Amino acid sequence: MSIEWHNVCGTDDLVINSGVCALLNGQQIAIFKVGTAPDAGIYAVDNFDPQGKAQVIYRGIIGSIGDKTVVASPLYKQHFDLASGECIESPDQKLQVWPVRVQGNSVQIGTGAN
Amino acid sequence: MTSSNTPSQIVVVGNGMVGHHFVEQLHQALPSAKIIVLSGEPRLAYDRVHLSEYFSGKSAEELAMTTPELYDSWGVEHHCNAYVDNIDKAAKVVTTKSGETYSYDKLVLATGSYPFVPPIPGHDQEHCLVYRTIEDLEGIEASAKESKVGVVVGGGLLGLEAANALKEAGLETHVVEFAPQLMAVQLDEGGGRLLKNKIEDLGVKVHTSKATSEIVAGENCRFRMNFQGDDYLETDMILFSAGIRPSDQLARSFDLEIGERGGIVIDNQCKTSDPDIYAIGECALWQNRIFGLVAPGYTMARAAVSHLIGGDTEFEGADMSTKLKLLGVEVGSIGDSHAKTPGAQSYTYENQPQGIYKKIVVDEQSNTLLGAVLVGDSSEFDTLLQYSLNSIALPEFPETLILPSTEGAAPTLGADALPDSASICSCHNVTKGDIIATIDAGTTDFAGIKSCTKASTGCGGCTALLKNVVDAELEKRGVEVKKDICEHFAYSRQELFHLIKVNKIKTFDDLLAQYGKGLGCDICKPAVGSILASTWNDYILEKDHVSLQDTNDTYLGNMQKDGTYSIVPRMAGGEVKPEGLILIGEIARDYKLYTKVTGGQRIDLFGAKVNQLPEIWEKLIAGGFETGHAYAKALRTVKSCVGSTWCRYGVQDSVGAAIEVENRYKGLRAPHKMKMAVSGCTRECAEAQSKDVGIIATENGWNLYVCGNGGMKPRHADLFATDLDKETLIKYIDRFWMFYIRTADRLQRTATWMDNLEGGLDYLKDVIINDSLGIAEELEAQMQHVVDTYQCEWKTAVEDEKSRKRFRRFVNSELDDNSVVFVEERGQIRPATEAEKLSDINIIDATETSEA
Repeated sequence: MSIEWHNVCGTDDLVINSGVCALLNGQQIAIFKVGTAPDAGIYAVDNFDPQGKAQVIYRGIIGSIGDKTVVASPLYKQHFDLASGECIESPDQKLQVWPVRVQGNSVQIGTGAN
Repeated sequence: MTSSNTPSQIVVVGNGMVGHHFVEQLHQALPSAKIIVLSGEPRLAYDRVHLSEYFSGKSAEELAMTTPELYDSWGVEHHCNAYVDNIDKAAKVVTTKSGETYSYDKLVLATGSYPFVPPIPGHDQEHCLVYRTIEDLEGIEASAKESKVGVVVGGGLLGLEAANALKEAGLETHVVEFAPQLMAVQLDEGGGRLLKNKIEDLGVKVHTSKATSEIVAGENCRFRMNFQGDDYLETDMILFSAGIRPSDQLARSFDLEIGERGGIVIDNQCKTSDPDIYAIGECALWQNRIFGLVAPGYTMARAAVSHLIGGDTEFEGADMSTKLKLLGVEVGSIGDSHAKTPGAQSYTYENQPQGIYKKIVVDEQSNTLLGAVLVGDSSEFDTLLQYSLNSIALPEFPETLILPSTEGAAPTLGADALPDSASICSCHNVTKGDIIATIDAGTTDFAGIKSCTKASTGCGGCTALLKNVVDAELEKRGVEVKKDICEHFAYSRQELFHLIKVNKIKTFDDLLAQYGKGLGCDICKPAVGSILASTWNDYILEKDHVSLQDTNDTYLGNMQKDGTYSIVPRMAGGEVKPEGLILIGEIARDYKLYTKVTGGQRIDLFGAKVNQLPEIWEKLIAGGFETGHAYAKALRTVKSCVGSTWCRYGVQDSVGAAIEVENRYKGLRAPHKMKMAVSGCTRECAEAQSKDVGIIATENGWNLYVCGNGGMKPRHADLFATDLDKETLIKYIDRFWMFYIRTADRLQRTATWMDNLEGGLDYLKDVIINDSLGIAEELEAQMQHVVDTYQCEWKTAVEDEKSRKRFRRFVNSELDDNSVVFVEERGQIRPATEAEKLSDINIIDATETSEA
């Protein structure tokens, strides 16, 4: 299946080592920018915290556990692997992840993958 | 019985703490044993020692010691409401009230005890209750709701626990005791007298030497208790706690040997007069003694298990020393507290102003400690108990063990001085040798040692001692006790503080590059953010700092369960002008926010969406308000009573002082939240003694208290200095806060911090008052820097376009967050439950707010 790319914001809308939230077709997506490289280290995951049951993931703190880049939910502090969406503490909880890329000054999220 | 001939079916009658311990021990020792548990109560074993916590909010589930599922997984058959009323010793069968029969190879009676109710005429009516089971507590709770006055009959340990429960329930509480003093079993006369004074100071009335002759209808209350003589007392409810009696009915009916005054006679193996029947716990009588504590019961359970599997552990009596807090008063009793041993001599220390009584009883030659009584301060209990249990030779002047220390020479018994046989945890019978063996087997962390040995998992009274032993043993083995803050920094918070200050590091990235690895995490980032703020006091939302903050600090509000924020404007000292209240009211009304008054004398507005925060704060700031830092690990509030300006008892202007200190320390970042209060006289209406820093006015100035807290483990603050003038007071507080901020661990409040400082309060006084480290000036200067560079973070945020951008809910849309949904309750909003969200009924439209 082919990926459809959507512009969601400008690269200068992202906050280094922190998150913002985009709305795409009614879906809330948390977008994180890790590190200062202009077009790397950007992740897009579901903004809904399955444990806290609230749309808050983008307000979590970024960090690393071993070699995984993770975000800690601001409500109950469980960690999600930003690359796979998997919850480190309870692997049965998983955030949906989206492909994300930079085109010029735009951040794009891909849908219709897999 | 030999190990090759272990019994196949064991029936345990009773599932109290001791019965459960037996099951647990037997299952561990012999997993193949077929165990049947018959409990007369409607539920399985729960923690009766902490029963009174049911009134402070612990649920029956939290008190439970086991669950049906756990027993199932062990293969233990269990039946509740299965009250055994027949034993056929010849056929080896027991029968329950409902007619079920169970055959046994070995029978274990763990039927416990029942509360003794004196046969006073009128005792047998509604609102005359006992205190033993969860069902009893439910009855007490119900009765208390219909009562104003409550009486506990019995001034022993359990009676005073029960009195606390009544007091917690808001009743005018009385204790009626037949003997001339309280806790006559554990305490001597002096200790009993002091305990009575302290308890009466707490508002519980104590009546000693009173024998109740009858309970009749009252005039002002439900009942009137007539005492011998012509005295009486009126009350709405009566709680009997006049001792326990062994539940030995079964043994009586079926011809097991019974003591003269009750109790099933057992030998050292806990066998009764029938070789196939054991008795353990409070129903058992060993050498004519009943043991009404849990630790001896556990020892009996282990002895019975040992005998069943062919071991040789015996029950050889038990130490009945106890340490506990009754109505908030520390009480300890060790060994021969009444000095009954021939030739015994005693030393007594009494401090009436502070309400402390201590006595030690020593043998004729003053060589060994026989017993002790501690009331009002039981801090020497652990040390004294070890002296007594291990017959450790007393120091030349035994009185130094209980006298207040002068010049830092407090004699404490180090972990090294204890023999390997020293019992550290008496609930689970763990010796120092057991702990050493566990460490030698490879377990080197405190939590691991606790779970391997079970030490300190019973009453928890030995935690501090256990920690000392573990630390000392680890140190001996050259194991460094790890205090790394997280996987990214091999440093403690204190070490990071030092690195940042000495190397003038201003950003997290620099610190990580020089001293850390990885990306950091939600532990180290906020901790470093806090240290940077305490040290340099830059704006916390500056580009380099923003990603360090917890969400509460990033959005300068407290995130609630639904992702909305609460807003708390500062009201220094709890003082607020009518215009301020009106503005807050208007904002709450216009934005439909839930409004509640906080415990810190200010107002909390709940339910603000992240994108509404800047607008709301703009209005608050225009009205003269500042951020209240309710979201930060920082100074929260300085509570005050109204003081001498209005109050006819006040001796100083407590509101003025509270405003002054709140404005001085507002915004000060720290390892944990910090609270203060100022009271205008010794009546202490501001509850300053429950704060990290408390100030109480005196005729001559101010008394300073430190390291108190409320919360999960409340602790009264310690008196630090007396009759200070304002200037000295501020100087001491400056030094105290900065020293805490520099040296405490992450999320360590002042009380735990002080407890972990070697030398505790005396050391702290030395550093702060006598400047023993020579850093007082530096601490003051650092505080002055923070005070001088204060800014209202919200003012900076709303005035800065970049900061404001952070509060956009969506980076690509102006739409509102439709996942936040409220319903109405008592005329205000609250977050909708999941069910309410699905049903869509009563949902309030919160997407529109009027732009007032």
